[in-house]
Amino acid sequence: MRVALFITCFNDTLFPDAGRATVALLERLGCTVDFPAEQTCCGQLHGNSGYEDQAKPLARRFRRVFGDAEAVVSPSASCVGFVRDHYGRMGEPFSGPPVYELCEFLVDVLGVEDVGSSFPHRVTLHPTCHSVRALGLGERPQRLLRSVRGLDLVELEEALECCGFGGTFAVKNADTSAAMLGDKLARVLATRAEVCTAVDTSCLMHIGGGLARQRAGVRTMHIAEILAAQE
Amino acid sequence: MTAAGFPTAAREALGDAQLRRNLGKATQTIRVKRLNTIAELDDWEALREAGAAMKANAMARLPELLERLEERVTAAGGTVHWARDGDEANAIVAGIARGHGAEEVIKVKSLASDEIGLNEALAAAGIEAIETDLAELIVQLGDDEQSHILVPAIHRNRAEIAALFERTIASGQSLGLEPAAIAEAARKHLRAKFLSVPVAVSGANFAVAETGTVGVVESEGNGRMCVTLPRVLVTLMGIEKVLAEWRDLEVMLQLLPRSSTAERMNPYTSLWTGVRDGDGPQEFHLVLLDAGRTDVLADAVGRQALHCIRCSACLNVCPVYSRTGGHAYASVYPGPIGAILTPQLQGLDRAPTLPWASSLCGACFEACPVKIDIPTVLVHLRTRVVREVKRDWSAEKLAMDALGRTFASRSRYERAQRLARLGNGPLGRLPGPLSGWTSTREIPHAPAQTFRAWWAARAGGAQDGAAGGAAGGGDGRHSAPGAAGG
Repeated sequence: MRVALFITCFNDTLFPDAGRATVALLERLGCTVDFPAEQTCCGQLHGNSGYEDQAKPLARRFRRVFGDAEAVVSPSASCVGFVRDHYGRMGEPFSGPPVYELCEFLVDVLGVEDVGSSFPHRVTLHPTCHSVRALGLGERPQRLLRSVRGLDLVELEEALECCGFGGTFAVKNADTSAAMLGDKLARVLATRAEVCTAVDTSCLMHIGGGLARQRAGVRTMHIAEILAAQE
Repeated sequence: MTAAGFPTAAREALGDAQLRRNLGKATQTIRVKRLNTIAELDDWEALREAGAAMKANAMARLPELLERLEERVTAAGGTVHWARDGDEANAIVAGIARGHGAEEVIKVKSLASDEIGLNEALAAAGIEAIETDLAELIVQLGDDEQSHILVPAIHRNRAEIAALFERTIASGQSLGLEPAAIAEAARKHLRAKFLSVPVAVSGANFAVAETGTVGVVESEGNGRMCVTLPRVLVTLMGIEKVLAEWRDLEVMLQLLPRSSTAERMNPYTSLWTGVRDGDGPQEFHLVLLDAGRTDVLADAVGRQALHCIRCSACLNVCPVYSRTGGHAYASVYPGPIGAILTPQLQGLDRAPTLPWASSLCGACFEACPVKIDIPTVLVHLRTRVVREVKRDWSAEKLAMDALGRTFASRSRYERAQRLARLGNGPLGRLPGPLSGWTSTREIPHAPAQTFRAWWAARAGGAQDGAAGGAAGGGDGRHSAPGAAGG
């Protein structure tokens, strides 16, 4: 199957390893991956911050870049949610090919849960708000992780509570964001996991930034990096 | 709101350790109870759909339904008053009380009355309003502000309340910490008022246009006392409380208690239709309050805020509210629903920071019994604030414009990625004060190579002249011990 990778500006610029792992994983599973290099940002940063006038041209750009693809796959639940739900609300609905979040694509389209990876570590998953509530990913990430050889998946307490990132919320309401993060970090540490993973690097940047400040010794990794791993 | 608004008020609240403990415990308890109670019903989602449809229907037919309600209430011996704003409503209520020579009125918990400052207006007219809802009484006696729709004194714990009563209604008598003893002090104080005050003021949870029936649901029975014992009853309700038909109550009376107190049924449901000879109040006035609601109705996206049935489920599940409490919202309507209702009722310029008092996590939408899509309305109001309130030359607007131009062109975007690696340019500094991030979190290091540079190099590399960089791993990780690139 041929898929167009929607990398997201965030991963492209800051977390290329999540993108490389996504490519490795999809190719291992027999997909042909295209990377339309004209892609930039889907407009979520602007749209969710109230700058709809700046977000709309980016929605139109997304349509030009991805409109002719067979299927679009992205390692970001939050950006996929924005394309699927918010483009329509702005009056710029995306009527092109289906746009999938990576776990969704693996489980629903390729029909795999065991992707043939091995990662012998203790891992906890933060189910990001947009993956659960906007996309309805449900237990797909957990099912994929449970099939990874050697991986010990530990449940996170109050897992469904927001980590406090929320895009510009993290700086506009920095104190409240930090209070939410503090509780999330305490729960991550309580799992004694070596790795905290998620389907969005944005939330992971926030959680990882807090863990690094506390010198907690817990790594953050995008789920694609675990699913691509063959340790 | 103050000019600094929510972020500053939230910071103060977050610094109050006692408040954090009180709120954390209270919201956690009710969250768990609510989930258990709604799990008992296998048609909960269908009930939510029905509730949402009833409210949408009522809002679409509002003028017709209000006129029908007036006609029915009048036919049943009541009097209907129309109030354009808070001042008009306050004057109507004060006029009725004064007409009966009342120096005191007893009150059933009413958010609408708090919204328009009825107690203060009555005081200015020489009439004392006595709150009979226990939590409202606590707030009133403490000269405090309410912080929750359903439990206005959620920020107070038992010891604080006992001490307050000892100072006020128990006149120095020691009460101890037994809930029964503390409640007894309130009971003694209130009973005397129920039996002597001739005028009561209530709010309304619902009003049924079809029958002219008005209703209040509550837990304590003090509301029941107020709507049955005094000779005169004045009910103040926002016009959005009207329902089309009597049978709508079947759905609403399931949705509301399970969502608010996590009870299958609330202990007291009082419904009345006009007046009845020799039974209950002999004079009934219904005050229909607009106070900005028709303006809200004109906003096709924002109007769903008017569907709210004031259950407060969204407050209890909100990760922001459960940490900051209600005072940071500076409104009688706090939490997620307050963040979309207050700016619309008061004007966006009066509460411009509230639409940003959310991480858009969506827990509120998931909990709302009438399916108000609060995250969508928050984003819509942010858009309106940016268009209608923010100055064109504000630093944020300029930064967002620059980012928009960057993303509009591949070459500008790739140039910005190169600059970002040096910590400059539109991608290097996101809008907002950076110190807000770095006070609690490390900034990720820009990776040696962007994804697109890696892709171009892998594919042969010739066509990518832009975002290159040395080959090799490493990405935007924080320098946590043990961190390693893929």
